[in-house]
Amino acid sequence: MMTEAVKTDIKFIIFKLLEKEYAIPVENVRSIEKVMHITRVPKVNSYIKGVINLRGVVTPIIDLRERFSLEESEYNVHTRIIIVKIENKEVGLIVDSANDVLDISMNAIEPQPNVVGSIEADFISGVAKIDRRLLILLKLEVILTND
Amino acid sequence: MQMELNQYLDVFIEESKDHLQNCNTQLLELEKNPQDLKVVNEIFRSAHTLKGMSATMGYEDLANLTHNMENVLDLIRNNKLKVTTVIMDVVFLAIDDLEEMITSIAGGGSGKRDVTHVIKKLELIEKGEESALSAPVHQGEKASINEENVAVSHLQYDEYERTVIEESMEHGYIAYEIKVRLREDCLLKAARVYMVFEVLEKIGEIVKSSPSVDQLEEERFDHEFFITLLSKETAEYLEKSVCNVSEIELCEVLPLSLHTTQKVVQETAATIEVLEKPLTGVEKTTIAQENDSVKKSVSSKTIRVNIDRLDVLMNLFEELVIDRGRLEQISKELNHGELNETVERMSRISGDLQSIILTMRMVPVETVFNRFPRMVRQLTRDLNKKITLVVKGADTELDRTVIDEIGDPLVHLLRNALDHGIESPDVRLASGKPEEGTIELRAYHSGNHVFIEIEDDGAGISKEKVLQKAISNGIISEEHSKTLSDQQVFELIMASGFSTADTISDISGRGVGLDVVKTTIESLGGSITINSNQGQGSLFSVQLPLTLSIISVMLVKMEKEKYAIPLSSIIETAMIKEEDILHAHNQRVIDFRGKVVPLVFLNEVFNVPQVDRKDRVHSVIIVRKGDKMAGLVVDSFIGQQEVVLKSLGIYMGEVFAVSGATILGDGQVALIIDCNALIK
Repeated sequence: MMTEAVKTDIKFIIFKLLEKEYAIPVENVRSIEKVMHITRVPKVNSYIKGVINLRGVVTPIIDLRERFSLEESEYNVHTRIIIVKIENKEVGLIVDSANDVLDISMNAIEPQPNVVGSIEADFISGVAKIDRRLLILLKLEVILTND
Repeated sequence: MQMELNQYLDVFIEESKDHLQNCNTQLLELEKNPQDLKVVNEIFRSAHTLKGMSATMGYEDLANLTHNMENVLDLIRNNKLKVTTVIMDVVFLAIDDLEEMITSIAGGGSGKRDVTHVIKKLELIEKGEESALSAPVHQGEKASINEENVAVSHLQYDEYERTVIEESMEHGYIAYEIKVRLREDCLLKAARVYMVFEVLEKIGEIVKSSPSVDQLEEERFDHEFFITLLSKETAEYLEKSVCNVSEIELCEVLPLSLHTTQKVVQETAATIEVLEKPLTGVEKTTIAQENDSVKKSVSSKTIRVNIDRLDVLMNLFEELVIDRGRLEQISKELNHGELNETVERMSRISGDLQSIILTMRMVPVETVFNRFPRMVRQLTRDLNKKITLVVKGADTELDRTVIDEIGDPLVHLLRNALDHGIESPDVRLASGKPEEGTIELRAYHSGNHVFIEIEDDGAGISKEKVLQKAISNGIISEEHSKTLSDQQVFELIMASGFSTADTISDISGRGVGLDVVKTTIESLGGSITINSNQGQGSLFSVQLPLTLSIISVMLVKMEKEKYAIPLSSIIETAMIKEEDILHAHNQRVIDFRGKVVPLVFLNEVFNVPQVDRKDRVHSVIIVRKGDKMAGLVVDSFIGQQEVVLKSLGIYMGEVFAVSGATILGDGQVALIIDCNALIK
């Protein structure tokens, strides 16, 4: 029984953007940081806020609200930078807050309903309903394409 | 079993590469000194180790091939086989195959390869049938020997030696070539040699010996040696005298006629046709590599460290430096005696640590140069030219990252020099040059840079030809061509879509080469210059930064943002008054020491969030790229600093006018400006 549970449950980091809850697999998350000084890089996409010094490694930072074309907001005490890594790309994502880790069973994940239909739809791989919460699962590889 | 071996795979690959490289170098050495058995032993040892390792790891083809190669080497070692060019070629071929297999294994392949062809060749040699490999040449050689019916000299004489022999012959002396073979079980070879020399010196005058006296004294020969003697005695008498020394197995005395000596000299001059001829002394086409007289002086103990670990170490150290800066700040504020002292000491130690970590990443340029002698040897034969490669300063050290990148551009430049630079032997003779061309490859430190230069004594670059070509290829206009300096003309050959060779060859001349070389070198933060004298040769000089990871920069401020400008491209800084700025063709320029220099306002280029403010005086940094200059306008200068260069990460890719980033003492990131992109 134990082995089966290990197989089907995946740990996700849950974060908030504009009151909605999003989830990314914990295996892609390197760390969660508080907002620190960001050095602006000129002449790049506006959603790239710049680079930070992450313990000696220069890491690019993406504002996820801007990436999803949501309304901008000032950073506050809850704002977090989630450092993610896929393949060799290591990038920080600015989110409103990040405060939960959940085990989501693969069975609970459904393909995204077509009605969502917003711009962020391209970035979504599915949704999961746990208790009364609706979690939006993200395609990190699409978020990390720099176009 | 396989699983267990996997952990040794990396070590196996690394060590195999080392052994193959060693084989390569030593084989070239052997070609120069075929008598030197120490070299054969060295090659034998490497081949033997390689065989053992590959058998253990289960690479049978690899083990098979090395085994056969080892057999041939064994014969050479035991003096049962003479080193000839044909044999060398086959052994080199085998090494090539071995390299291919190792590369395949390193790339995750099985290391399998069809080696039957080479193995067959090696077996033929082993059976003493190497003639089958080059039958026609061999027969030709035999015929010429029969015709002469005089023993062809085993030795080669230089001009001085020949003059001596000739003169003494005129005075009634007879020149003898004496071949002495010691008994196999002879224990004190050097002592016997000494005795032979003593006997002969009483009878006549020794002109030459092969191997040289030094080598004989060090017992660096097998059992046989040759002596050239001038004497008035008869051959029989000489033979009897030498045979009086005990433990001599054989002594042959042959009179040497002037005719023979000359003949030999001529033959060596035409040595390329005579492939079967045993190699003695310095062969003409071989590659001379300047070896420091004390070879392999002291071997220090080393361990292998993965470069990634060094990178991690470097990163950790940089963090330490940043914290050190903070600590210094705090201790200054607190002004506590003991704290100050401790922090100061810590700073000193971390300074030492920094220099050690940096030198750990340095690798001698030798690792790149090593493969060139082989390449030049092959190409000279393909091109039918006679070329000597002289390598100097192979121990010059460069950062590992630069070393990794510099190989291909250098290969290209060398090929270029071999193909286009050095003329064919008949052309060289016709223009009164020595038949044999020389290419010198040298590396040296100068200031904060390493220079790698490739100089040939070939035809040089024809300015007229370059200009013609450039105009016909539409690279420059005819009027423009008249205003160019020599240097600028030479630089045209590195423009894309340019090739001066009349015939396009395999070796180089596809017209895509030199511009790629230039781009690669510039991307490393280096530069390349060309100098040439027509008829006398060309010099390609590559200037490289000592290390890619640490550079000197000028920190500047624009509003609240800090940027770094590499010192290497800065000429000087200046303060310019608003009214000194001139307007020409919609561009703001200044008159700087009599030159019109365009201004680049960095806050406009980088869209720096502007607080409206009008400066009466501008801070300007004059930078250059080649002969072109530009003035970068900034808000203020902060100062000069050594910084660690970091990449912006794969995600960011190329960013306009930014070559990278660095972390400053306060922990913030500053972008490094790529001046080349700002100068048009």
